[in-house]
Amino acid sequence: MNIKLKIWRQKNAQAKGKFENYSLEDVSPEMGFLEMLDYLNQKLIKSGGEPVAYEHDCREGICGSCGMYINGRPHGPEAKTTTCELRMRSFKDGDTITIEPFRSRMFPIIKDLLIDRTAFEKILIAGGFISADTGSAPEANSILVCKKHADKAFDMATCIGCGACVAACKNSSAMLFVSAKINQYALLPQGKIEAPERVKKMVAKMDELGFGSCSNTYACEAECPKGISVSAIAKMNREFLHAKLIAED
Amino acid sequence: MGKFNLKPSTISSKVVMAIAGLFLMTFLIVHLGINMLMLLGDEGNAFGKAVSFMTYNPGIKIFEYVLFGGFIIHMIIGALIEVKNYFARPVKYAVSNNSNTSFFSKYMIHTGILIFIFLILHFTHFFFVKLKLVELPACAAHEHDFFTITKYLFKSPYYAGIYIICFIFLGLHLNHAFQSAFQTLGLNHPKYTPAIKVISSIYAIGITLGFSMITLYFYFFYTL
Amino acid sequence: MTKLNAKIPSGPLSEKWSNYKNSLRLVNPANKKRIDVIVIGTGLSGASASSTLGEMGYNVKTFCYQDTPRRAHSVAAQGGINAAKNYKNDGDSVFRLFYDMIKGGDFRAREANVYRAAEVSNDVIDHYVALGVPFARDYSGYIDNRSFGGVQVSRTFYAKGQTGQQCVLGTYSSLLRQVNKGTVKLYARRDVLDIVIVNGKARGVITRNLVTGEIERHSAHAVVLATGGYGTVYYLSTLAVNSNASAAWAAYKKGAFFGNPSFVQIHPTSIPVLNDFQSKLTLMSESLRNDGRVWVPKQKGDKRIPKDIPEEERDYYLERRYPAFGNLVPRDVASRAAKERCDAGYGVGPTGLSVYLDFKDAINKQGQKAIENKYGNLFDMYEKISGENPYKTPMRIYPAGHYTMGGLWVDYNLMTTVPGLYAIGESNFSDHGANRLGAGSLMQCSCDGFFILPYTISDYLADDIRTGKIPVDTPEFDDAEKSIKEKIQRILSVNGKDTPLDYHKRLGKIMWDYCGMVRNEEGLKKAIGLLSDLKVDFWNNIKVAGKDNELNLELEKALRVADFIELAKLMCIDALNRKESCGAHFREESQTENGEARRQDEAYSFVAAWEHKGDDVEPELHKELLVFENVELKERSYK
Repeated sequence: MNIKLKIWRQKNAQAKGKFENYSLEDVSPEMGFLEMLDYLNQKLIKSGGEPVAYEHDCREGICGSCGMYINGRPHGPEAKTTTCELRMRSFKDGDTITIEPFRSRMFPIIKDLLIDRTAFEKILIAGGFISADTGSAPEANSILVCKKHADKAFDMATCIGCGACVAACKNSSAMLFVSAKINQYALLPQGKIEAPERVKKMVAKMDELGFGSCSNTYACEAECPKGISVSAIAKMNREFLHAKLIAED
Repeated sequence: MGKFNLKPSTISSKVVMAIAGLFLMTFLIVHLGINMLMLLGDEGNAFGKAVSFMTYNPGIKIFEYVLFGGFIIHMIIGALIEVKNYFARPVKYAVSNNSNTSFFSKYMIHTGILIFIFLILHFTHFFFVKLKLVELPACAAHEHDFFTITKYLFKSPYYAGIYIICFIFLGLHLNHAFQSAFQTLGLNHPKYTPAIKVISSIYAIGITLGFSMITLYFYFFYTL
Repeated sequence: MTKLNAKIPSGPLSEKWSNYKNSLRLVNPANKKRIDVIVIGTGLSGASASSTLGEMGYNVKTFCYQDTPRRAHSVAAQGGINAAKNYKNDGDSVFRLFYDMIKGGDFRAREANVYRAAEVSNDVIDHYVALGVPFARDYSGYIDNRSFGGVQVSRTFYAKGQTGQQCVLGTYSSLLRQVNKGTVKLYARRDVLDIVIVNGKARGVITRNLVTGEIERHSAHAVVLATGGYGTVYYLSTLAVNSNASAAWAAYKKGAFFGNPSFVQIHPTSIPVLNDFQSKLTLMSESLRNDGRVWVPKQKGDKRIPKDIPEEERDYYLERRYPAFGNLVPRDVASRAAKERCDAGYGVGPTGLSVYLDFKDAINKQGQKAIENKYGNLFDMYEKISGENPYKTPMRIYPAGHYTMGGLWVDYNLMTTVPGLYAIGESNFSDHGANRLGAGSLMQCSCDGFFILPYTISDYLADDIRTGKIPVDTPEFDDAEKSIKEKIQRILSVNGKDTPLDYHKRLGKIMWDYCGMVRNEEGLKKAIGLLSDLKVDFWNNIKVAGKDNELNLELEKALRVADFIELAKLMCIDALNRKESCGAHFREESQTENGEARRQDEAYSFVAAWEHKGDDVEPELHKELLVFENVELKERSYK
């Protein structure tokens, strides 16, 4: 199939970027989306051009490196799919595909489609952990966890930190990302102890970094490649109110 | 006690906004209930009594101030959040978002602003008359004679049309607002949340239909 | 021979580690603050080592090439993590886990190291639970276990099909906690291009900042490599596309011996190659073989769709050949059996290079819901990639390069032959012998990082409490930086015709054809020749777009491929040297009449540790003889 591409090119963080148009022939439907871009890059290099920079690593949807805004949707048209899992069979012959980087003030562009998502890490550094030193743990089965909670905690922990939630949100809000982590720990007995402090610290950091607020449009949930539910956000709000109003300092 | 933080967090702001919103929603029910009295066919007799109760009862008076407070808080926080959100993404996307989400949830600020504009209009028609901020319309006997003002107002196809369009926008705003408030307050539960969403829609449709019905009644069926 | 000292403590196997630990020197808390440790890599081993060393009070500098430590490729491990908890009361014990690993590794691993890993495996599970890793649980709230490829007990802890990711996020969170406390400093988006040796000790690294292109110097009192495996040498593998061996290769060139480089596990259940553009093979967890049955048609070249092939015309070849273990035979056995069927012309799919993994019987017996609960995410993943629904039609699978048992040679302390340079996790050679058992990698990485290295490294660092900061403005750093800068300039200045990707594909083909699942003398010799030519060709014809002082993904790739080409040759040299078959290393010359691997214990019961002797000079072989005092060497039989 033949594909037209409109890709955001930006030399570096300071440069002013713009769209460039490319066309590719002989794209096969089984090709991965990133393999299609590899193919483009090979052509560009061989004709003396600059390849398109984009982030990728595991190419099986688990590391969270990849992420592009494809035709108005983070990770492209398929639900619960990362960019690397996306196949060209999701597009038609003759389609024009517009590829932009995830855009947010908190995710500055480094080059082309490659962005800096360390803002996420800063939020986690503020409190996204259970404080257990190596060697201090009790026997694993001495902490019983209700299966429902364990499963729910797992669902929350499947977040791959790709940033699609922020990219999709009209407000660039990181609420889904933050709430997933807060929920995971708040659901487990071993994480409950620090829960009030954790939610306060992480929310404060999220605000400080400048992420937008949640206006409950739920675009994050629709675009999350792991299908994390916005019920996480409600639970985080509850945890936050509890921490602020009820829990003793 | 931790130190008091003057700059509220995004969550706290939203919570305050949600509480104010819920308060406004309860007011809307009261407002609709009283207005419905105009449909009794008693030439606004019962309605007039209700209006004078609402005007002179000291408890209601307090309620009115709280209502204004709630309204202003809801608007100011809404506007502030919108400004902050705007700056969270200084460079916009070339292709606008196609995510599979409810359409009007993305336009709360827009429907909100429309409702605000409508309110100014609505106030010049009624509330400001009561406060004697605008001149008493010729038709009205006194500044509490809302029934007469209403029946003349809705004989105008323009005003009837504008009001109904605004009621629809109000409904769209409320449809998202109701369930959104519960989400913001953290009142989410796998069992009850689906019901809340249904109630949210019923409420929004009810408010829109209720107010529109009064307008249509005066436009089509009431003869001066 | 004399150069290798494994430093295995004396005494009975089960007491070695605890006695040894008691004899190790410690560094007191006040002194730890004066000591810097560099850790390269942030997968399970790197992140766990960094966080634990940070907790102990050392100054840790942690490097990774990704934008954040959380993306290290341990995230992709699916099946689970082993421990000898015996929660299922099925007779498991530390000794049994140890024995299974030794046997699974086909008696080519070091007894003492393997026993120690089995011993601390239980602590690892305790710690992960404390860190909030959501392992699967029963309705009672107790942790659930499942059985996993190649063993007869249920000792595998799992979190659906994403155990690796969950364990990584656990270690990552504990790493970030140390970043918060200031004991660990993160250096993300850095490629470690050289190890700096000062007075015979590893004292620092040279890195390239992948965003600015700047060449940086970092010093420390010890350097820990946690850089994972080199499976991407095959180009197509189950590894992350950017996984690389460059830091380990730099260590090799600076004097660290490379142990058993040819030992590579080819994973039996990966989604087959679909087309020439493919950049990656996606693994389907081995746990699928618990319920899936592997088969091919009995008739050669049968092109019927699977459901049209009646039961009696299907060859469940694993069940036929290995009745005791059936579909659960170890990975190397399953991989070779699939290759054997496909090479004989029974393979299915458009290329004939795949076999069926069928869930029909399991779905009929347990219901679709049960299968969905166990493997839902894997089935979804398969459907996304292949476009076929595995609930309705069998999956198609084929082996793919997966895990490298080989790695830098380390002693019992996990130290390489360079003093102060440690290798942990997949980057060392120590625990898996010639083949790794399922759910053993997460276990080994975590054991090394949390519970072994932090003790052994303290013993070494005890000598450094008065050393003071290691300066970076010394001739050793100057030289290392200079040679890296020259290498980069050289690679950029060739400006030939072929891209790093072209070379990587060529390299991968050579390795897959001649140093893959099945090897022979003729092929390996041929491969060595081809690799020498490829190296010359690379340095004369490589084309790298862009410049050095900017983010340049092509340059990163070129540097990695250059190292892979050299490493590939060492793998072939090692494979050629080892004329026996053992574990994943299958030499056609050494097989039984039934086509099973034939080990030659008398001649090859050793670890081959290769010493670098200079570029394009034959490396020197050192042998660490393996002594088995606690197990009887047997033919590995799964019949």
